[in-house]
Amino acid sequence: MFMKFFNGVGRYFLLLKGMFKRPENWKVYWKEFMHQCSDIGIGSLGIVVIISFFIGAVSAVQTAYQLVSPLIPKSSISQIVRDTVILEFAPTLVCIVLAGVVGSKIASELGNMRVSEQIDALEIMGINTKAYLVMPKIVAAFLVIPMLVIIASALGILGGQIAAVASGIVSSEDFHKGLLSNFVPYNVFFALVKAYTFSFIISSIPAYFGYYVQGGSLEIGRSSTRSVVVSCILILIADYVLSALLL
Amino acid sequence: MIELRHVKKSFGEKTIIKDVSAVMQGGKCNLIIGSSGSGKTVLMKCLIGLFTPDSGDILYDDRQFITMSDDERKEVRKEIGMLFQGSALFDSLNVERNVMFPLDMFTNDSYKAKRRKVDEVLARVNLEKANKKFPAEISGGMKKRVALARAIVLQPKYLFCDEPNSGLDPQTSMVIDKLIHDITDENKITTVINTHDMNSVMEIGDNIIYMHQGEKEWEGNNKEIIFSKNDKLNTFIFASEFLRDAKDMRMLEVTGKIDNDRNMDELINNPDASPFIDGNKQ
Repeated sequence: MFMKFFNGVGRYFLLLKGMFKRPENWKVYWKEFMHQCSDIGIGSLGIVVIISFFIGAVSAVQTAYQLVSPLIPKSSISQIVRDTVILEFAPTLVCIVLAGVVGSKIASELGNMRVSEQIDALEIMGINTKAYLVMPKIVAAFLVIPMLVIIASALGILGGQIAAVASGIVSSEDFHKGLLSNFVPYNVFFALVKAYTFSFIISSIPAYFGYYVQGGSLEIGRSSTRSVVVSCILILIADYVLSALLL
Repeated sequence: MIELRHVKKSFGEKTIIKDVSAVMQGGKCNLIIGSSGSGKTVLMKCLIGLFTPDSGDILYDDRQFITMSDDERKEVRKEIGMLFQGSALFDSLNVERNVMFPLDMFTNDSYKAKRRKVDEVLARVNLEKANKKFPAEISGGMKKRVALARAIVLQPKYLFCDEPNSGLDPQTSMVIDKLIHDITDENKITTVINTHDMNSVMEIGDNIIYMHQGEKEWEGNNKEIIFSKNDKLNTFIFASEFLRDAKDMRMLEVTGKIDNDRNMDELINNPDASPFIDGNKQ
């Protein structure tokens, strides 16, 4: 059990190490990178928009529900919505969803390529498959996931505002006032640090599970599920560690 | 020419390849045959570097393949084309892009030049007007031909084919065999084919290596195989009554006698005994 775990960790790091070789053809790698950016970024935009908008809306309504004291100004609702969305909901929750959407896609894509000997075919052509198949995915995730997190933060706050104003909890002016008061730019930096860390987890862990899959279609499904579970757990652990270290 | 010297490969306690030495001759179709589990796939994977042998040497035209550096190995691999059992076409690319992929990766040719090369090789494998189709939209035989086109587009010195006829009907199998043989002959490629298709053995087996339980049991060509006295080989090749009849009739035709204890008179005089002999009598 322990040996299997350490063997897996070792192979994961060897996979990462194997990526850092000179590409055979920069143009082909660039094309693959752009393809992955589109796949990961544009492909996940819809779900990110929906989730972040409703998370913001729900957090506004629930914050208002808990702040019943007349001593607390209404504008503090938007402050709480802003900070929870930027600090936690946008980076963590969105990345957990992306671990499912993007992670399972990466694992099953690579797993299918492994099982159908497409990876072997690339190897025999003399192509470094770790670099060609894994690196563009990780770099693309590194670029687009923080962008998605920024979009999610904005939409979450927008969702909160629409829900709060529409349900008469707080006026539009009060909401804006709260948004602008006590804003800590460091929170955005912290959210981006989390986004970069999670994007690495979301792309590299499923790539590992997919790249080393053995067997048939059943194993592809299993490794895809396992990759999502492991990614989610690692995201939560990293979330705690980063919060403890940086806040 | 590819040379194997005392190659051994084990997985855990189990030895799959036991001290195999052989020469894959240049410009010829070299067939590795053997029953399932005989080690022929492992041997081929050792040859192309997907498995590293525990001991022994593999030489590509006198270049040590096992001990060479990753970069040197990469260079050798650019001289290798491979046709996989399941074709291994890239699902997300159409036929044209699949064949063009090695050109994209390893040449700086213009799109027009690459397109011309792709059209040439697709025409060579008798596959025209399928450029824009995706692998999921074409038949098994067509997939094999696309994979063969992709394998030869960079004009390799070595061509490896893993079970090229698996899952194909006899007629399509013969088309693929003939293509491989002709391409080998035209370009003087060292072709290594892993098969247990007896038609292939008889049609294109310029050099045949028979593997049995991880050992090289017999080596010869398609002219010699029918006269082989190796019991294990004969049991493997002439497994059916039909093939035994075919062999005996061929021996009778060539040598005027057969060298086993079968009563051929009874066989020939009894039209119901074998469809093969019945066919010959007509």
